Amino acid sequence: MSSQDIPEENLPAEQDAHGAVGVADEKNPFADPGLPPHEHRVQDIDERAARRSERTVAMLFTVSMLSTIGFIASYVGIPHDKSIYVFPIGHINALNFALGLTLGLALFAIGAGAVHWARTLMSDEEIADERHPIEASPEVRAKVHADFKQGAKESALGRRKLIRNTMFGALALFPLSGVMLLRDLGPLPGTKLRHTMWRKGLQLVNMNTNEPLRPSDVQVGSLTFAKPEGLEEHDEEFQTEIAKAALMIVRIQPDNIKDKRELEWSYEGIVAYSKICTHVGCPISLYEQQTHHVLCPCHQSTFDLSDGARVIFGPAGHALPQLRIGVNDQGYLEALGDFEEPVGPAFWERG
Amino acid sequence: MKKLSARRRHPLAALVVLLLALACTGGLYAVFAPADKAKADETAQSLAIDEGKKLFAVGCASCHGTGGQGSSDGPSLVGVGAAAVDFQVGTGRMPAQQPGAQVPRKKVIYTQAEIDQLAAYISSLGAGPNIPTEAQYGPDGADIAKGGELFRDNCTQCHNFTGKGGALTHGKFAPSLEGVDPKHIYEAMQTGPQNMPSFPDTTLSEQNKKDIIAYLNAVNGDDTVSPGGLELGGLGPVSEGLFAWIFGLGALIAVAVWVAARTAKAKKS
Repeated sequence: MSSQDIPEENLPAEQDAHGAVGVADEKNPFADPGLPPHEHRVQDIDERAARRSERTVAMLFTVSMLSTIGFIASYVGIPHDKSIYVFPIGHINALNFALGLTLGLALFAIGAGAVHWARTLMSDEEIADERHPIEASPEVRAKVHADFKQGAKESALGRRKLIRNTMFGALALFPLSGVMLLRDLGPLPGTKLRHTMWRKGLQLVNMNTNEPLRPSDVQVGSLTFAKPEGLEEHDEEFQTEIAKAALMIVRIQPDNIKDKRELEWSYEGIVAYSKICTHVGCPISLYEQQTHHVLCPCHQSTFDLSDGARVIFGPAGHALPQLRIGVNDQGYLEALGDFEEPVGPAFWERG
Repeated sequence: MKKLSARRRHPLAALVVLLLALACTGGLYAVFAPADKAKADETAQSLAIDEGKKLFAVGCASCHGTGGQGSSDGPSLVGVGAAAVDFQVGTGRMPAQQPGAQVPRKKVIYTQAEIDQLAAYISSLGAGPNIPTEAQYGPDGADIAKGGELFRDNCTQCHNFTGKGGALTHGKFAPSLEGVDPKHIYEAMQTGPQNMPSFPDTTLSEQNKKDIIAYLNAVNGDDTVSPGGLELGGLGPVSEGLFAWIFGLGALIAVAVWVAARTAKAKKS
């Protein structure tokens, strides 16, 4: 609506700036500019515009109500596996799309209605609310000080030292009962962090085929993941055990293995390393077969599998633990013991 | 006998004899032919090898050596097999344009017939994996759920859980698997191109590979339904967080500024 439609008699008179326009003097070096003159909105002076705003706000709230009803209707009516094509987005789930759209619209319309209401119809008169000093008056302060001194004297805390000392003792010991309760947070870890399921004689089982691995299965440049024999995915303890026992098996030409102990613990160049990063324990298996580097996706720690899995980049503090492997009578790869050091991230007592 | 000798001077006698002789020769040829036919097949094969050798000498030998034995600029191709050639040349990675952290996928410059000839030549240098057939990588008899498990176990760490790809060290990266020919995915698993480790049939069986390809087609194919839509590249929390911080918070700040701004005032015209 242009201002031409506003009846002339409703337009506000020209106003002077209200508020105090002070003049700088010695005591107050900065002049107080005061508030700018208040200007009226169209809705303040034209009842028709105000009614139109009212209708707009009501319409937005009604849209919100309809959207909420639409949300309930979509939830009831649309099958969860129906898919639709929406132009810029592509093939998407119809139910998710409808729920998101109606829920978003319902919330947006409530907000938009409230904002429009506040901007066009609620009062926009500027009001000055002066601050008052925070400090209490001198009489009140004197009284509080006097009360405190009298209380201290009457309690005889300074004179009866036995009471004072035992009270301090009681107050200091009391929180210990709360500290003790922390013990109930769970069983102590014991030596669990130092051991995995691996032990001498356990075969290395391929995670893909669930069959024990033969040395001839593992080719140079290949990557295989293994678990200990006897651990099945439906076991109750599977996640707990595999979190420590997961193995990454690669084969490197024995000539290319730089670390003497690594070569000793390998079987004809087949090396078995823990898959758990020694930084914060992410599963780490981004293996580059030409460089023999393994990269951790969480914080970019990089290990060189041809050199004892030492850390060549990133925040990890230890090399990946290697599992010593050999071949049993039936010609399958087997562990020759547990890891020599704790797998995964370092902990306080790791040493 | 008399009849025969009486007719031997018949004008058509010579023709009959000629026809009989021809039929006889033909029959004999048919009896002894199989050996020759095999030889003919072998000739076609050796022809392909010869053609492949010529193509190799022109396009590949400068890096991989004149006999495919490799040089300081390129690895030996003895024993890599036809599958590796079909993957590298069929995805345009080879011939490489320039040295760098990683040779990227680009426009294919050889025809499939030429690629097959190159593959025939390379596989003649040493035994290696063959080019897989449709039956090996096709969707028939594949278990998509099992493929998902296998993909998350073996591939997700680099290629992202729906095959969108990801970064590796020093400028190397795991490429996106979107729109890659199932045959090439199969060959990549089998041969381990560049820094990708290989997943030979001994540790990841043929059926496993088929399952993985079927899973990829289910989550990353043309008709894949994205449950939420607008997946921002499917890269996970990094792109989603960045979007929320920049555009989500940006929009909130803009709205907050607008809400508190001066409203339109009535003016005298």
